[in-house]
Amino acid sequence: MTAIEISNVEKRYKSLQALGGVSLSIEEGEFFGLLGPNGAGKTTLISIIAGLIRADSGSVKIHGHEVVGDFRAARKKLGVVPQELVFDPFFTVRETLRLQSGYFGLPNNDKWIDEVMENLDLTNKADTNMRALSGGMKRRVLVAQALVHKPPVIVLDEPTAGVDVELRQTLWKFISRLNREGHTVVLTTHYLEEAQAMCKRVAMLKSGKVVALDTMSALIRRISGSQLIVHMTQGELPEDMRHLITHPEPTETGRKYSLRINDYTEVEQILARLRQSGAVIDEMQLQQADLEDIFLQIMDKGAL
Amino acid sequence: MGSTGFRTLVYKETLRFYKVATQTIAAPILTAMLYLLIFGHVLEGRVTVYPGVSYTAFLIPGLVMMSVLQNSFANSSSSLIQSKITGNLVFVLLTPLSHWEIFSAYTIAAMVRGIAVGLGVFIVTAWFAHMSFVWPLWIVVFALLGAAILGTMGLIAGIWAEKFDQLAAFQNFLIMPLTFLSGVFYSIHSLPPFWLTVSHLNPFFYMIDGFRYGFFGQSDINPWTSLAIVSAFLVVLALLAIRLLRSGYRLRH
Repeated sequence: MTAIEISNVEKRYKSLQALGGVSLSIEEGEFFGLLGPNGAGKTTLISIIAGLIRADSGSVKIHGHEVVGDFRAARKKLGVVPQELVFDPFFTVRETLRLQSGYFGLPNNDKWIDEVMENLDLTNKADTNMRALSGGMKRRVLVAQALVHKPPVIVLDEPTAGVDVELRQTLWKFISRLNREGHTVVLTTHYLEEAQAMCKRVAMLKSGKVVALDTMSALIRRISGSQLIVHMTQGELPEDMRHLITHPEPTETGRKYSLRINDYTEVEQILARLRQSGAVIDEMQLQQADLEDIFLQIMDKGAL
Repeated sequence: MGSTGFRTLVYKETLRFYKVATQTIAAPILTAMLYLLIFGHVLEGRVTVYPGVSYTAFLIPGLVMMSVLQNSFANSSSSLIQSKITGNLVFVLLTPLSHWEIFSAYTIAAMVRGIAVGLGVFIVTAWFAHMSFVWPLWIVVFALLGAAILGTMGLIAGIWAEKFDQLAAFQNFLIMPLTFLSGVFYSIHSLPPFWLTVSHLNPFFYMIDGFRYGFFGQSDINPWTSLAIVSAFLVVLALLAIRLLRSGYRLRH
């Protein structure tokens, strides 16, 4: 079943085209990453999914329920962690979570609320007023609020922005567990290594358009390939190999080159060619491309 | 009554003002008490509005209704604008609550505060005059309608305003003049003809006049006329508020 179906969504703010016809389909149980630089339209898209912003055209369905026309059913299926660190200063953590649960029609939900608090290390802050919490603790409450009604689809908009390592680990452990139990997770983050570790599939947005959409492994394979890093103490890189350089770096004893390779069979050919040209290699390393390389490549080129 | 979500929002909005009851309930009761002491002291024996009714006794229902109206407005408007500006309104906007439920919950919580303050004002002021209750049902009906109208106006103002000073303008340039020129402190029949006509255009006048009728069995105009006008006003405002909520005006951009 499709968890989120986004069809040709457009949104314009005066002269700015925030989203220019975005279409995406996220399947049930996926851990999906939505990536892009600031201003790419990630938060606008999430806000449209959540019903916080109305799209100019196009439609979004959550588990088959249209987010405007059938908003009650759609919102029951959705838990959203907003990017902004917002809180209601009148209430304690437990009151906040009970109220949020009540809004979703679950008045006697203490067992699950306690479990969520336990998993997010909030139990000893349950009766603390929201105003008295640190930024990291407030962020945990935001996550807990999104989960009080056990939504099958969880959307996290930059959930780890500006928070410590401990919370990140606690959060990802819990979210991974929910994902294993069948919850669909959509994540936006600036920490690309986080997306690489968590997401099975990603979409990259640039200027309101999807510029890449694939599984993480295919994306890494397809776009960047790997890198062969060679440290040469003698000789120069032949001219016909210079187009492979991604990162030259002079060292005290010679020169270090990072060379892009598409296939591991190319390693042998490169080494043979270097030996032929008289180069002496004293160190060699193979490095798998990561999401950051891909991200930078795509954002430079504009589209895949 | 109502869905769990709706009841939760009513509870939250009520709990919100209860947690700061000194500011939201005690302070307005004290203000009304001061009005009574000052105006009652200065004008008692000099002004007779209805035969057989002392000025202080005439003033008390006006002050009670004024407190009901001002506090109902303050509750929904301040809650909404605070939630909008701090961003926590998102917690309500993300829920499956319908436009009708959001409207009703904010309005009912505003009515609870308005009535609570009104009751408090009555309890502390009723000692200063001999009060009668000729038609208690009219008292209840007009108090509820007045609170509902101002709660709805507060909701509309809260939706419309994007900054605290815009809300303050709404309050200072609309709500306050309409309240003070509605006959809280006087009978509009004591006004010159022009202002008498203008007063008839003020819907707040009908709320206070009808409310006062419940106490004394005397009013400036027929209470049924007031009831019709006040009810119609509430329906128009409620429809406007629900329309704004449904359209997402200034809430879901």
